[in-house]
Amino acid sequence: MPKQIVANTADIEWVNRAKAGEMEAFEALVGRHEKQVYSLALRMLRHESDAEDVTQQTFLSALENLGGFRGDSSFSTWLLRIATHAALKVIRKKGGLDTVSLEASTESPENEEAIPHPEYIADWRQSPEELVEQNETRRLLEEALARLDEKHRLVFLLRDVEGMSVKETAVALSLSEANVKVRLLRARLQLRELLTLTLGDPESRIKRAHHHHA
Amino acid sequence: MKCEEMLAMLNEYVDGTIDPSICEEFEKHMAGCNPCQVVVDNIRQTITLYKNDRPYELPVKFRNRLHEALRQRWTETHCG
Repeated sequence: MPKQIVANTADIEWVNRAKAGEMEAFEALVGRHEKQVYSLALRMLRHESDAEDVTQQTFLSALENLGGFRGDSSFSTWLLRIATHAALKVIRKKGGLDTVSLEASTESPENEEAIPHPEYIADWRQSPEELVEQNETRRLLEEALARLDEKHRLVFLLRDVEGMSVKETAVALSLSEANVKVRLLRARLQLRELLTLTLGDPESRIKRAHHHHA
Repeated sequence: MKCEEMLAMLNEYVDGTIDPSICEEFEKHMAGCNPCQVVVDNIRQTITLYKNDRPYELPVKFRNRLHEALRQRWTETHCG
């Protein structure tokens, strides 16, 4: 059975026990998910004490609303959705968010012209398996993410880092699925570009023979 | 299929949600277009790297504070 399904089955047991009033079961759930929630908050907000506040709010809210968790999504997705809402509130309060929901309705999902074209195309010198083991990799990943627009970064975090579906990401960010897809594509292409500048092997760099005209 | 069209279908291809008939065209294009092949590889590697990035540890002080606050709220809401 896939790892996620096994983990979710275990979560449901703990959820049922917590619903029955067992505090240790709730603490076990917190222990199982606190790093994921904190990491998401930190990556969304890039500010430690804000991430702590969001993490605490998330679990307090989970504690109070546990009765409302029906298992329509995995427990992990449910938590991440709460965390996303809390983090978006912080971002909005700080005035960073002209972007995440309002603009969505006017952004044409069919607008292919805005898709960034790959510029630096080269094989990577190392495999992801080798890279994951290295400390510099984390910094590189962080720096690349930090360079994305907020609206692209948030979609990428939920979909590709946290593994939500396109639909779940759309719900969490109050976007249409079409918008999630466009933003995800831009995020992936931009990150590819940024990472390849550092990780690409210059010897294998490919210059496109033909140029594209929009 | 042109490179632009390929780019527009990249998500669906990488996520395995592409329509089978388009998938065939996509792969035919890639077989004859080395840059697109490398871009697809790079994209897959990019996603893999981020997916496998380790989660952050909670600062110990914060973790203690969090668990204390949760225990307190639990007691307030469950034993009143």
